[in-house]
Amino acid sequence: MNWTHETRSKSMNNHIHISTSTSAKSEFSPATMALVNEIIIRYPEGKHKSALIPLLHLAQNEFGGWLSPESMDYVASILKIAPVEVYEVATFYSMFNLQPVGKYMLEVCQTGPCGLNGADKIINYLKHKLNIDIGETSADGLFTLKTVECLASCGTAPMMQVGEHYYENLTPSSIDHLLKQWSNK
Amino acid sequence: MSKKLLLHNIDIPGIETIDIYRQHGGYSALEKAFSTFTPDQVTEQVKASGLRGRGGAGFPTGLKWTFLDRKSGKPIYLVCNADESEPGTFKDRYLLEKIPHLLIEGMIITAYAIGAHKAYIYMRGEFKWIFPILEKALAEAKAAGFLGENILNSGFSLDLYVHPGAGAYICGEETALLESLEGNRGNPRLKPPYFPAVMGLYNCPTLVNNVETLAAVVPIIQLGGEKYAEIGVGKSTGTKLISASGHINKPGVYEIELGLPVEEFIYSDDYCGGIKDGKQLKAVIAGGSSVPILPVDLILKTAAGTPRLMTYESLAEGGFITGTMLGSGGFIVYDETACIVRNLWTLARFYHHESCGQCSPCREGTGWMEKVLFRLEHGQGKMSDIDLLVDVAKKIEGKTICPLGEAAAWPVAAAIRHFRPEFEYHVTHRSEVMDINHNSISAMLVSA
Ligand SMILES: Cc1cc2nc3c(=O)[nH]c(=O)nc-3n(C[C@H](O)[C@H](O)[C@H](O)COP(=O)(O)O)c2cc1C
Ligand code: SF4
Ligand code: FES
Repeated sequence: MNWTHETRSKSMNNHIHISTSTSAKSEFSPATMALVNEIIIRYPEGKHKSALIPLLHLAQNEFGGWLSPESMDYVASILKIAPVEVYEVATFYSMFNLQPVGKYMLEVCQTGPCGLNGADKIINYLKHKLNIDIGETSADGLFTLKTVECLASCGTAPMMQVGEHYYENLTPSSIDHLLKQWSNK
Repeated sequence: MSKKLLLHNIDIPGIETIDIYRQHGGYSALEKAFSTFTPDQVTEQVKASGLRGRGGAGFPTGLKWTFLDRKSGKPIYLVCNADESEPGTFKDRYLLEKIPHLLIEGMIITAYAIGAHKAYIYMRGEFKWIFPILEKALAEAKAAGFLGENILNSGFSLDLYVHPGAGAYICGEETALLESLEGNRGNPRLKPPYFPAVMGLYNCPTLVNNVETLAAVVPIIQLGGEKYAEIGVGKSTGTKLISASGHINKPGVYEIELGLPVEEFIYSDDYCGGIKDGKQLKAVIAGGSSVPILPVDLILKTAAGTPRLMTYESLAEGGFITGTMLGSGGFIVYDETACIVRNLWTLARFYHHESCGQCSPCREGTGWMEKVLFRLEHGQGKMSDIDLLVDVAKKIEGKTICPLGEAAAWPVAAAIRHFRPEFEYHVTHRSEVMDINHNSISAMLVSA
């Protein structure tokens, strides 16, 4: 078993884990572009860099669930900032995926309060069912398993986030049910 | 039942809509504030209420408002801290998703008091489904004339927006939050000089308050500051949301009147409903993962033998030797079967993961503590590791830019102070400790 993982600064200074893969699409739809313009004017004039995180969320959402270098360069071009300013930010925040991910990313909370109500068992169960380790994607490209820190759902532990939703009070059978549902979509 | 000022309407169907919210008195505090109080009088009411910051530090809210630099000629910003990421804490989420107009109303009144014309709700990005709830509520408030130009013909204008974080506990620290809101990495700023009240967002005077703090402004204006101050005990006035989790029968968010005995909170059916499966209480972390854990005897009673109360003062009685803190109200309950070492290891992993890495005592210290606790928990520890942990924790305290370093160190120091024999057991019974961990998958497959 391996205990190591990196603090945010180390992931920035030593090696930037930016993918060399490319994403299929890298321009916002007209509807998203309208939203982009609406977001930018929420901030005072000259402070449009504030829109960076909101725009990275939009990019990740629209370009396949992760941020490729092109997606980040594209966001930089919209905000007229240097690409490196975007990489710097994207590498800091754990919600931004810098590598391709499966269609469903299962983000299971592993922090203390969830641990008291069986988070470990849920993580092990998912590993076993999907036959992958944490950080891996299933062979069919459907599922990526990720552990995350407290999601403010400790009272309904164990829990995981998948996309927009929190799935709470997880049990082996509720997991079976969810996986089946997602596999058949 | 205790008095409810924030959650009394939370279960009304449709309370997230402005119509239903208004049918139950919503926005009457705003109307009252704008028609009967000057901005300074609003601040006076909040001062008189004795309200203290609900984000964790408990700083007097009205006093904080008066620190804002009003003479700089720069715009003043109001920022709501909705980053809620402290393990054990899930109370703000409850308000945000169930009764968004309460926060919005509180923010408009606060902006009026401090003279802010732009305000942001910085919400953790993981709350993806809450963004549309807030956006809709903001649009409703604007359509009703509570946001935008010339609110209620007062001449006062306010734009209020939601802004997402993207997964970083450190962005709950107010200066890191402001960095993040400016589109940067969430590295905390040095204080001095970067006190938000003077050099905050875009280098302008900025007020950062927690969701629950801003929501509490609504009942304060409704009741009047002095009446609000009559609720609670001593300097712990009003009500507080407590998010209860762990080994209890009824986990969830409870609004308590400050002063409630801890014992009643744990065992009463109005609150936690006692320990799950008839087990015994072992320990509690009373105010979110960053505050010291207390064993059963010290959480129910102070060292002096008086009942411990849910107040800032009572929980802190005994300092860090025998006391703890009310903190964010993240109340985590451990039964007799809980492994303190394992739980502490997961918290150490959390702090190491969340350290921004700017200060070496925090960056290296959190990594060390995680590594040593991993070792102990996985049957590879040495007796000397226990004192090593105490030493590393001590070396972080007071030597960092922001309080995350201490937030990581205190829980380690407290767990060893109160549960040293359990750490020693992990060294003397290594193979037993290893078995417990490695059996979990087979146990799971049997129960499935
Ligand atoms: C590491 C760290 C994390 C924090 N996280 C939060 C948080 O998630 N929400 C919050 O309101 N305050 C948080 N705080 C406290 C804020 O810095 C700040 O004190 C608070 O938002 C002030 O609001 P209040 O006076 O209304 O409590 C955190 C502080 C630290 C040091
Ligand atoms: S104490 Fe830790 S989190 Fe805070 S600024 Fe220093 S390194 Fe960053
Ligand atoms: S510890 Fe898992 S949601 Fe809080």
